Parts: sequence; C-alpha cells; structure tokens
Amino acid sequence: MSFLGSVLGWLLDPTHWQGSDGIPTRIAEHVVLSGLAVGVGVLIALPIGVLLGHTNRAGFVAINVANIGRALPSMALLALALPVAFSLGLGLGFWPTFLALVPLAVPPILTNSFVGIRSVDRDVVEAARGMGMGEWGVLRQAELPIAAPLMIAGVRNAAVAIVATATLGALVAGGGLGRYIVDGLARQQPDRLFVGALLVALLAVATELGFGLFERLAVSAGVRNTSQQPRSSAAATPR
Amino acid sequence: MTPGEPLIRWDWIARNLDAIGQRIAEHVVLTGIAVGIGLLISFALSIWIVRQPRWYGPVTWVTGILYTIPSLALFALLIPFTGLSLLTAEIGLIGYTLLILIRNIVSGIQSVPADVREAALGMGYTQRQVLWQVELPLALAVIIAGVRIATVTTIGLTTVTALIGQGGLGYFILEGIQRFFSTPLIVGAVLSVTLAILVDGALVLVQRWLTPWTSARS
Repeated sequence: MSFLGSVLGWLLDPTHWQGSDGIPTRIAEHVVLSGLAVGVGVLIALPIGVLLGHTNRAGFVAINVANIGRALPSMALLALALPVAFSLGLGLGFWPTFLALVPLAVPPILTNSFVGIRSVDRDVVEAARGMGMGEWGVLRQAELPIAAPLMIAGVRNAAVAIVATATLGALVAGGGLGRYIVDGLARQQPDRLFVGALLVALLAVATELGFGLFERLAVSAGVRNTSQQPRSSAAATPR
Repeated sequence: MTPGEPLIRWDWIARNLDAIGQRIAEHVVLTGIAVGIGLLISFALSIWIVRQPRWYGPVTWVTGILYTIPSLALFALLIPFTGLSLLTAEIGLIGYTLLILIRNIVSGIQSVPADVREAALGMGYTQRQVLWQVELPLALAVIIAGVRIATVTTIGLTTVTALIGQGGLGYFILEGIQRFFSTPLIVGAVLSVTLAILVDGALVLVQRWLTPWTSARS
C-alpha cells in the first residue's frame, strides 16, 4: 500500500478518534493550552502596550522587545521553562509548556499595540480632545478603534507562534497534537507522524486565517478603508 | 532537576567543551547553508517578481503559508519522503527564509527612486547594468535587514533540527530534557540565543561596511 494510503487508513481507523489519545482529545488539548497562553499573554502585554503608546513612554523598549522575542528560540524557552516549572513543583506536561508559551505571546502583542496607538494621526487625537473628550474617551473612541488592526495582527502573530510551539510540549510529556509527532518519531510510525504534522499545520494556518476573518469583523469599516492604515510590518516568527 | 542538584554544573561544561564546540559548528553550518541557499532562491524569485509584479501576490501567499507551518510539523511532513536527513532539515530551514528575504529584496528594489533609474537609463545603462550597478546597491541596506531577520530566525529554528537527528545546539536541549539534567538544557538555550545576538551584530557591521552612506546620512 502506498504511503498516503496508509495515512488515510490511519485517519479512518475509528480507534484513532476516541479515548485519551484520540484526535478530538489531542486537538482539544492543543487548542485549550494555546488559547490559555494567548489569553494570559493578551492580559499582560496589551494593557502595557496601550498605556505606553497612549502616554508615549519607553518607546525604544516597546519597539525592540519584538526583536528580542524573535531571537528567543522556542526550544530554548521550553528548556528554560522546564527547570522553573520543576522548582515550583508543577511537574511535567501542561505547566512547563504553558510557562514557555506565555513569553512568546508578550513581544508581538506589546510591540503591535504600542505601534498601533502611536501611529494614530496626532490631528485625530487633538480633534478628539478638542471635542471635550478626556483621556479615557480619547483612548476608547479614537485611539483603540484606529489601532485595532495592528493590535489584532499582534495577537494573531502571537497565536500562530504559540500554536506552533505548543507542539513541542509533547517533548516534556505534554498533550496536544505534538504527541503524534513525537510518538510517531519514537515508535517509527510514519503514518502517525504524518497525520500529526498535517493536523498541526492545518491548525496553524486556520489560526492565521481565523484572525484575518476576525479582523474583518472587528475593525470598523471607516478604519479599514483608510489607506494610511499601517499594515502589520513584521509577520510572525516561524516556530 | 533532581533536588539538591545545582542548576548548572560547571564541571560538566568543562568536560564537554569539545562537544560544545562541535555543536556550535554544526549549528553555524546548518544556518549558513539555509540562509545562503535561501538568499539565492529569493534573489532569483525577486528579480523575476520585479519584472512581473503580478506574481508578487501569489509568491508571498505561498511563502506566507509555508512560514505559518510550525517547524516540527514541516520536518515531520517531509520525513516520510526524505527521511531523517540533512535534506529534510534544510528544505524546512530554507523554506522559512523565503518570505522575509523576498519581501525585503523586492521592496528594496522598488524603493529606488524612479528618477535615479531613469537617469541611469538616460546615461545609456542597459537594464542589467541598472539592476547590478544602481538598484541593488541602493537596495542593499533593506536586503541586509532582511538577511538579519532570516538569520536570527533560522538560528532559532535550527535548535529544532536536533529532533530529526541533525545536531546543532538543540541536541543539548534534547539531551537535558531526556536525562532530566538542567546543565545541557541551559547551555543549549543560552548558546543559541547568544549565537543569534552575535551573528545579528556581525551583520550590522557588514551592513555598515557595505553601505557606508546609510550611516553617514542618519
């Protein structure tokens, strides 16, 4: 039987669709872990980026943190998270992976929310002030809607990097789709390996496209149609 | 990571200096091949895109999808066809350099002012001479900026190739995870980050040396 035939056979085997090592469970583990990490990353980085952007402070740091993040390899983050998780008594699996994922989310979200807020036309901000808006009003009604596309792009880059890196969690006994890849390598089962890789790749691409769709829905039409809107300059770092 | 064990055992490092040197060399070679070949492919595609701009969209779309695929998944997708080989590692690593390099080469060439190009043509330059003697030198700063990003990214991704048996500093990280031993873990992580920072700095120097006018202007 050809290789792709055996992959199809593996996929159609009903035992691979149930239980704790079944495809639905592994996808759920992958999505939940990634979602939590992105969520915590947003909670940490977005307020800081918005605050620094609004007050125009620490610009050098806010812009360069993304480059530092790029130089941090996922494997290295996982390597450094493992002793930390252990010394905190959190064990293997979920926690060391989670601790490795959150730092990946912070740089792109922080930089993009800072740049997004800073790139709002100063005339617009002045006009908002002139209309009697306070700091909060300027932020909520002028800066945030205009910065939204860049901020969403930052979260998207973080999410794609996290979905990719969550795969490596299988190396430290975590769940998720990386299990199939790591186990497929260890047991020399190319069909398991290939299915795992395919599902991870599809999940990453779906994350990217999903955020594109979300951006279309979330960004106000007036903002989307202005051509001056800075597009997200840097794509996510492959992980 | 056993209780009572120090986080870093310096005697392990002292005993393994040779192995560390060898893994650094492997890491540099894996990265060098990927960025070198990636640059050649990107260069050819970019020259073609500059002549045929309607292909810019499709090329960045395909390389963008490639860029989104997680490295471990991409290697795993290739293994059934190319095995646990250097070829598998390099196809993946080269693939990840393309998007950034093509974007920067194309935008570098396109940012050359039209009057400069026309002046060169007016002076009797051929298309080829305009490309090599006017457009590329002016685009060089942007191109090197792309090479910096591609190189730093590749150094990070090369840590993953240890999983498919191709060595590099990821080998220490893997060894540390498998033996529950924090010293190689930290050595691998710290050295790969240090290598990325050093190479990035070296490329900044190369850029200053090749395009002295950019620093004089700013």
